[in-house]
Amino acid sequence: MRYSGLNVLWQGLTGNKGWKPAWRNPDPKPEYDIIIIGGGGHGLSTAHYLAAEHGLTNVAVLEKGYLGGGNVGRNTTIVRANYMLDGNSQFYSHSLKLWEVLESALNYNVMHSQRGIINLFHSDGQRDAFVRRGNAMHAQGDDDAVLLDREGVRKRLPYLDFEQTRFPIYGGLYHPRGGSARHDAVAWGYARGADSRGVDLIQNCEVTGIDIENGVVKGVQTTRGAIRATKVGIVVAGRSSQVAAMAGMRLPIESHVLQAFVTEGLKPVIDHVITYGMGHFYISQSDKGGLVFGGDLDFYSSYAARGNLPMAEHVIEAGMTLMPMIGKSKMLRSWGGIMDMSPDGSPVIDRTHIEGLYVNCGWCYGGFKAVPASGHCFAHLLATDRPHEAAEKFRLDRFNTGYGILDEEATGAQHNLH
Amino acid sequence: MPITCPFCGPRDQREFTIKGSAIALERPDSEEWSEAWNDYLHLRENPAGRTRELWQHTGGCSAWLVVERDTTTHEIYSVTLASEAAA
Repeated sequence: MRYSGLNVLWQGLTGNKGWKPAWRNPDPKPEYDIIIIGGGGHGLSTAHYLAAEHGLTNVAVLEKGYLGGGNVGRNTTIVRANYMLDGNSQFYSHSLKLWEVLESALNYNVMHSQRGIINLFHSDGQRDAFVRRGNAMHAQGDDDAVLLDREGVRKRLPYLDFEQTRFPIYGGLYHPRGGSARHDAVAWGYARGADSRGVDLIQNCEVTGIDIENGVVKGVQTTRGAIRATKVGIVVAGRSSQVAAMAGMRLPIESHVLQAFVTEGLKPVIDHVITYGMGHFYISQSDKGGLVFGGDLDFYSSYAARGNLPMAEHVIEAGMTLMPMIGKSKMLRSWGGIMDMSPDGSPVIDRTHIEGLYVNCGWCYGGFKAVPASGHCFAHLLATDRPHEAAEKFRLDRFNTGYGILDEEATGAQHNLH
Repeated sequence: MPITCPFCGPRDQREFTIKGSAIALERPDSEEWSEAWNDYLHLRENPAGRTRELWQHTGGCSAWLVVERDTTTHEIYSVTLASEAAA
C-alpha cells in the first residue's frame, strides 16, 4: 500500500478500515543468500538497500526481540554531518544526502527536520578549533558550516545564559542542514521498504550460534531453528561482542551505557539542536514538545540499559548552567542505551577473517545519523565484496596495524577515552 | 553504585575513576609489537555479566582497585587492591 495525503483522507472518511500491516511476519526459510543479524536501524537499512540497490531479496533479518527495539528506539535522534577527519567526513556527508531523499525513497514520513545544529564555543582556542572543523567540512565539498559570533548565537538562541562566569558563550558553529528525525519511523520505514521487496523480517528469533566450517560461514543457529546462508552480517550494536564470540572472535568493542532524558511536552521553545561541549550537554525539542537532552557516557561497561545518578545529575546541572529556563519544566523519563564503543570513536564496516562473515559495529554514541549510510555501505560490501568508497576507512584491522586510525576527538585510540 | 574501598569503606561512585577492563594488569612482557599487544590494547571480552575492572579511588586514598562487577545488574561482587590482585 502506497501512503499519500489522499490515502489518509480516504481512510479517514471510511473509518480507517483499509490500513494493512506495514510488513509481513514470516517464518524463517531453511536457507537464504544473506542473513543480517540484528533488526535495528542499521540492519533494516542494510536489508532495504540490499533489495533496492542490489536486487538481492533472498535475504533475512533476524531480530531477537521486535524490530527497532534497540538503540534506534532509544537515542536522541540527532542527524548531522559535521565531522572533520578524512574518512568520517565523506561517510557522514553521504549519510546526510541519503537522509535528504529518505522520505521519498521509502514513501514513509520519518519526520526528518533540518532545523540546524549549533555547537557552542566558549574560548578563543575553542573558536579556532571550530573554525578548523568548519573549514574541513567546507573543504570536503558538500557540507555546510557557518561561524556565528556571540550576537549571531544570541539572535537565534536568546534564552541562553551568555554571561555565565565559568563558560561565557563566545559563539557557535552552525550546521544548517543538521537536525533530527523521528527515530522509530526510520526503523519502520526501512523495515517496510525491505519487506515490500521480499526480504523476510523475522522477529523473536535470537541467534544462538554461527556455523563455520573450514573458515567459511555456513549459516546460523537460532531459537527458531538452524538457517543456512552464504553470507552473514553482524549488525547488533551493543551486543556485537556476544555475537562475534559465537564465531570465536574478540572485537575492539566495549559496551557502555549512555543516558538520555525527556521533559513533559512544552510549546515550541527550542528551534535548533544545541550542543554545549564544555558541559557535555546537548538538547533539542521533539515534535511532541518534550525537551530531549543528554550528556556523556557513565564511563563504565554496562548492558543494563540504565545509568546511575551521578551522570544524570551532571547532565541536568550542565543544562541548568546553559539555559536556566529549563528548570521550570518537569522531567518525564530517563533511559539508557548500550553503546558499542570502539577505541578511536569511529565505526567498523568490514569483512572478518572468516569467509562470508561481515561485521558492522563500533557506532559509539553516534549511530542514529549514520543509519542510512551504514546500511547503504554495508549492503554494498555484502553484495559486491568491496567496501563502498564512503566507508572504506572503517576497517576492522586499523587498531592492530595502526594505519588509518579515525580519532575524531584527538584523544587517542584507546578504550575509555571517547 | 557505591564501591567499598578496602581502606576507606563504602564510598560514593563519584569518588572513583574507571580505567577499564582489568586486562590492563596483563601488560605483555615483550616490547615488540605482536598480536598480544593488540589483545591487550584493543580487543575486549566485553562480557554481559561478570567482569573484572581496574578502578582508582581518585577522590579518596588514590588506591588502584580491581572491582568484580556485573555489567547487566551493576551489582558489585568484590573489591580488592590491584597490588594484591596482580600478585
